[in-house]
Amino acid sequence: MDLILVNLIDGLVTGLLLFMLSAGLTLIFSMMGVLNFAHASFYMLGAYFAFQISLALGFWMGLLIAPLIVGVLGAGVERYGLRRVHQYGHVPELIFTFGLALLIEELVQFIWGKNQMPYAAPDILQFTAFSIAGNSIPAYKIFMIFISVAIFIGLLWVLTRTRVGMIIQAALTYPKTVEALGHNVPLIFMGVFGVGTALAGVAGVIAGPVLGTFPGMAFVLGSIVFVTIVIGGLGSLWGALVASLLIGWITTFSKAYNLRMEDLLTTLGFTKPEAIADSPWRDLWSITSPQIADILPYILMVLILIFRPYGLFGKRDA
Amino acid sequence: MRTSTTLGVAAALTLTVSAFAATADTIKIAFIDPLSGPFAGTGVNGLHQYEFAAEELVNKQGGVLDGDMFEIVAFDNKISPKESLIQLQVAIDQGIRYIAQGNSSGVASALTEAINKHNRRNPDDRVLFLNYSAVDPALTNDKCNFWHFRFDANADIKMDALTDVIAADDEIKKVYIIGQDYSFGKAVSSAAVRFIGEKRPDIEIVGNELHPIGKVKDFTPYSRKIVAAEADAIITGNWGADMLGLGKSVLENGYEGPIFTYYAAADGITAAFGATGEGALRLVAEGQINPPANDRAAAYYEAFKAKYPDGNISQARITNVIEMLARAINEAGSATDVVPVAYALAGMEHESMWGGSVMMREQDHQLIQDVHIHAHTGNDVTFDYDNSGFGIKVEETVTMAAMDSPTTCEMDRP
Repeated sequence: MDLILVNLIDGLVTGLLLFMLSAGLTLIFSMMGVLNFAHASFYMLGAYFAFQISLALGFWMGLLIAPLIVGVLGAGVERYGLRRVHQYGHVPELIFTFGLALLIEELVQFIWGKNQMPYAAPDILQFTAFSIAGNSIPAYKIFMIFISVAIFIGLLWVLTRTRVGMIIQAALTYPKTVEALGHNVPLIFMGVFGVGTALAGVAGVIAGPVLGTFPGMAFVLGSIVFVTIVIGGLGSLWGALVASLLIGWITTFSKAYNLRMEDLLTTLGFTKPEAIADSPWRDLWSITSPQIADILPYILMVLILIFRPYGLFGKRDA
Repeated sequence: MRTSTTLGVAAALTLTVSAFAATADTIKIAFIDPLSGPFAGTGVNGLHQYEFAAEELVNKQGGVLDGDMFEIVAFDNKISPKESLIQLQVAIDQGIRYIAQGNSSGVASALTEAINKHNRRNPDDRVLFLNYSAVDPALTNDKCNFWHFRFDANADIKMDALTDVIAADDEIKKVYIIGQDYSFGKAVSSAAVRFIGEKRPDIEIVGNELHPIGKVKDFTPYSRKIVAAEADAIITGNWGADMLGLGKSVLENGYEGPIFTYYAAADGITAAFGATGEGALRLVAEGQINPPANDRAAAYYEAFKAKYPDGNISQARITNVIEMLARAINEAGSATDVVPVAYALAGMEHESMWGGSVMMREQDHQLIQDVHIHAHTGNDVTFDYDNSGFGIKVEETVTMAAMDSPTTCEMDRP
């Protein structure tokens, strides 16, 4: 019972981190109709910038400045890259962002090298917040939860309660009409792209100390972010949140409990073959949940695509 | 970009090699290990240790035979077995007779097979395989051959020593085994289960688990299980980022017992653990660094640090490789025919610079040596790792570990 609570917290941390990445990606998608393959690369840039800044000015300045730099970079990419490519259609845009992802990874390796960076959480957060039955919850995790929840509430408030948010929402659906009413739609697009990448930057800043700051960090998270927004429904902020939490909890729980395929199959009424060592089904029978934890989200995505192609909260018909 | 680098390196190597071919009196040792990619750090550090050992221990002492010098020629295998075989062929074509490799038992298996085949087909230019790090027990058992010599203690020998320490500790009642999901992780796990079962049947193995290698983003769920199982000790064969991730995560999440490891030191790991690893990390390895075994070892380490301030002597056995090879060549009286050199190496006894004597066992070409259990600590370490103030210090020693251990090796001798 205690362990369930601990795993709920761990899964929440993983899920919220994923949400910060997928929120930006899904906003950008609903705006431009294009998947930004370089999104996770901005997450990596956030971590590296924050590490570099933290060497000189400490962790907190890194948390403040690094996302700003990443956001400005993102806006620049939209203004001088994507906007030019946009007129040639969606495929060139996709290829552009894909190339950008590769470029950023090589660049990071070129500047910082291939080793892990010693980027650590600030001393002030290096203590155990509380423990549940011997399982300590580090204060840094609580801090991560607060930051992400604050960002979600802030984002939701801006999008639904402010004038800027309403113009953005209108521009997403009827860009021509909004432009005709005298609003600068390209500027709005650039702003949204900038904010989306800055969010990825924040995720990088706070994830760097726990998940490691190394050149492969974008690659490790890249594909799972796409899975998240497909499950949640492309373009839906709530969908991104629900899907992120779902993935966080699914992977955490399946790693934390050794559920065996053998038990599942036996419950379903199958009998284990006598000569299991020679049976072609040997691998299937010996699977345990921690082994397949990381591919479960992909299985979920396939199921979603079959039964509800527009995702959990998606509005648009696929 | 990558191709041009390879071409450039190849061209540079060819130049070096042709330059040395002119002077004739050098004995070349091919160093085939990763010098680019994610494991480049380990490979380059190993190369430095080889170059330094050859220079200090052989060339400055006047060389072998009639003043022949050792020269280390580096080949980048990108830790791929396929690439290693290509590099092996290049080395053989350049007339190199001695092949040194260590990182990854997968690569070592490919090399030992290829070398065996090559030597059978080309009796005129046979080569020797000096394996200084690949510890899969199969290499000196089912897959053994006359040309392969292993200078590190294999995974079974190390586990034997590790479980001796665990067995002697009455506090330990529950053990959790966790490792990477591939041949080495599985070998560690099965050896641990076997030895604990033999030595302390009362110890309960509360977890025996494999995780995907190099793919785990966050080790927290694993740590929770380990803490929840109330394990008194953890055994893991993890290395690189997986070692660091697992170790930091279990310590952060409330685990307080010892973590018994194979590879939790140097190459950035010691620095990253720092004070958190104090009192928790135990490491099984040969070669005593702290406290220095004798003045010679201390002087050697100091000289190494003077030349490579950012380097570590993380593979002490490399000096044994160089010294024993030099002795064997002197005994054989020739470096070009490797058969007498191999016969001289087999059964050779040697005083290791790092203390104790070592013996190359004749039946399977496995070096029998003292195996130490080290502790990760910041207290009186003479030589730290990663310039971090922390290092490893010998806590316990198993003298001539596994001297009478059985082997299934049946080798054909020429």
